[in-house]
Amino acid sequence: MSVDFRKDIFAKERDDNLNEIGKPTRRQDILGHVTGRSPFFDDHRFDGLLHIKCVRSPHHHARIRAIDTTRAETMPGVVRIIRGSDVPVNLNTLLSLLDFGKDDEPVLAESKVAYMGEPVLAIVAQSEAQAHEAVAAVRIDYEVLPHVLDVEEAIKPGAAVVNETYPGNKFEFYGGNDHQKLRFGDVAPAFARADHIVEGRYQMAPIEQAPIEPNGAIAAPQTNDRYVCYTSTQGLFFSLGTVAKLLNVESNRLHFIGGTVGGGFGGKVDSLCEPLAILGAMLTGRAVRYVLDRAEEMQVSAPRSAELWYVKDGLAADGRIIARQLTGYFDSGAYTRLTGYGVVKCIGHLPGPYTIPNVHSDAYCVYTNRTPATAMRGFGVTAVDFAIERQMDKGARALGMDPFEFRLINAYRDGDMKAHRRLAGNCALIESIQAAAERVDYPLGAEFRAMTSMSGGGGERALIPPTRTERLGMLPAGTSTVEVKTTAPGLVPQFGVDLPVPATGLPAPSPTPTPVPAPKAPETRATTYDYGASGLSAPPAPKEVPPATEPAALTKSQPGPVTPKPRYSRYSSLGNRRR
Amino acid sequence: MMVKKPLEFRLNGTEVAVFADEAENLLSVLRAKVGDLTPKYGCGQGGCGACMVTIDGRTVLSCITLAETVAGADVGTLAGLSGERLDPLQEAFMDGFAAQCGYCTPGMIVAARALLQHNPTPDRDQIIEAISDNICRCTGYEPIIEAIQSVVAQERAGGS
Ligand code: FES
Ligand code: FES
Repeated sequence: MSVDFRKDIFAKERDDNLNEIGKPTRRQDILGHVTGRSPFFDDHRFDGLLHIKCVRSPHHHARIRAIDTTRAETMPGVVRIIRGSDVPVNLNTLLSLLDFGKDDEPVLAESKVAYMGEPVLAIVAQSEAQAHEAVAAVRIDYEVLPHVLDVEEAIKPGAAVVNETYPGNKFEFYGGNDHQKLRFGDVAPAFARADHIVEGRYQMAPIEQAPIEPNGAIAAPQTNDRYVCYTSTQGLFFSLGTVAKLLNVESNRLHFIGGTVGGGFGGKVDSLCEPLAILGAMLTGRAVRYVLDRAEEMQVSAPRSAELWYVKDGLAADGRIIARQLTGYFDSGAYTRLTGYGVVKCIGHLPGPYTIPNVHSDAYCVYTNRTPATAMRGFGVTAVDFAIERQMDKGARALGMDPFEFRLINAYRDGDMKAHRRLAGNCALIESIQAAAERVDYPLGAEFRAMTSMSGGGGERALIPPTRTERLGMLPAGTSTVEVKTTAPGLVPQFGVDLPVPATGLPAPSPTPTPVPAPKAPETRATTYDYGASGLSAPPAPKEVPPATEPAALTKSQPGPVTPKPRYSRYSSLGNRRR
Repeated sequence: MMVKKPLEFRLNGTEVAVFADEAENLLSVLRAKVGDLTPKYGCGQGGCGACMVTIDGRTVLSCITLAETVAGADVGTLAGLSGERLDPLQEAFMDGFAAQCGYCTPGMIVAARALLQHNPTPDRDQIIEAISDNICRCTGYEPIIEAIQSVVAQERAGGS
């Protein structure tokens, strides 16, 4: 596929001494892929390998009254039946390792099931077929409970309590807040003076990542009192830490080998199989394989969460969006997994790539009796983008404007203040729209073809406006609220915090090509700790965020004229544009 | 006791003999009994093509093929494709970035090789048709189609 490098765009700002970009290169692992020799987790053979299949809930929500395994225990090939009570620490939340959220999910349900397909027992047998037969022979007596599958129903008073850790069916963010807030300016007077009000309700379905290789793990005891685990995980150390906690073992007794992942897209960060495979190996002293079949992969491996959004825009007749209000509900399913974190990411993305002087947003992470949701590409951002871009089309129609031109008028320019109080830098929406329009011969007016991200921003647009908040009333211009109570730096910075973040930037491009070191096979004994491969917009490492002080409620930015100083994230793909 | 049945066939030109379980599928026999790990499990339902192999030159989905049906037949997998040198299709997949995670790749290349065996100069539609049993979640297909087309182009150039 040919890639068209538009050297005319940002021509004055670009370095053309790039050594890799624009040059064809082979993947380092491609030889293994085309010869079928890349070692996926399931390509490791063990003598006397045992197999796990789980007994799963047939109900959305039910209390477990009794479990009868008498017949299953005596079935041919059955080696061990694992119950929730066999799991040393049978309650966890994925980001507990980073102090985000409360433990809310068992490996195997003990007292109740909260979604259809939730695992209750793990049967270890000599073959998969025998494990399946034993699964069918288990009898569980359930008391079916009322369930709730809709986010708006779930947060009504009297709704079924999905997740006892969060009785209101809402996740609690840092400081006990039941939602994430974004306040910038004051939407109410802006709506009052708007020429048009446009409203929309947008509902997105959950989406299964559907990698062709299903989630799975093979674990085996080693002779040094350790356990080796071959896994499909996207986050080797993350999964290791999760297992160490659940099984209450020192992490140096676990040796994870992975790195060859048959497609993940966010669907392989939840450590669904590793804990039971390793526990199985501990309990039987043999190698144990636990792989989801395709039906399980589709039904119980976590999808991207469904999202429901309400968007209200106030538009001026000249095409400017003067106010935007967004209310969103992420459907986390029965447990937290990564959805709460997705909401935080989402808030930092609002109100989309547009400079809007008044923004008001509330986003909730809601529990329902659906399959727990987790990460997926563009996690926290993709669904609300769908809502925002549909809303942009509606807005253009209301104004009788061209939808591209309407976007161009409102697009971020370099130096604009975003609603979450970071200055926009390296903006390229305008240029992207222009290039796309040109490609398909879409007629843009001359003034729109002449627009650029590099002018028209900053100045007035770099200021934080006086902002209305519920708790603190009207805040003066230039103020940010801080809603963080914790003193420990967490995984993610709270948006709205106005702290000096050092400009890191990309290292200066080296004039000569650096030799590429031979890739190491990722395994936890030999490689250094990382958060795993979960997307390109990794959160900054905690050390970049100075701890907030308690009870910081109000900070003021420097008095005097605001000189916008662009900050560059080292994750920005264009981070060296302005060097 | 599970009934095991002896089964003999040729795999990539070499005789193999195994004991297959009752109703065991060919994918399981190849991976667990013979040790050829190139065919992959993706769905076990005939829906994804990761397990694709050939029987007497025709592509089949080994996860839904009863192992006993290959008695005496010639089974081909990706493992049989390259000897001392890579197959031109493998080279083309490497150069054209036609694999990302690589999980669909064995089935994809088996499908493409079977096509070129029967029709060395397929057009684009015939290529698409030939890989339509194979799902790839990573590449978006276009690099795969182009890699196969590049081998066809070499074939044309060499054959004329
Ligand atoms: S594994 Fe055979 S078609 Fe998917
Ligand atoms: S390369 Fe990942 S499924 Fe095709």
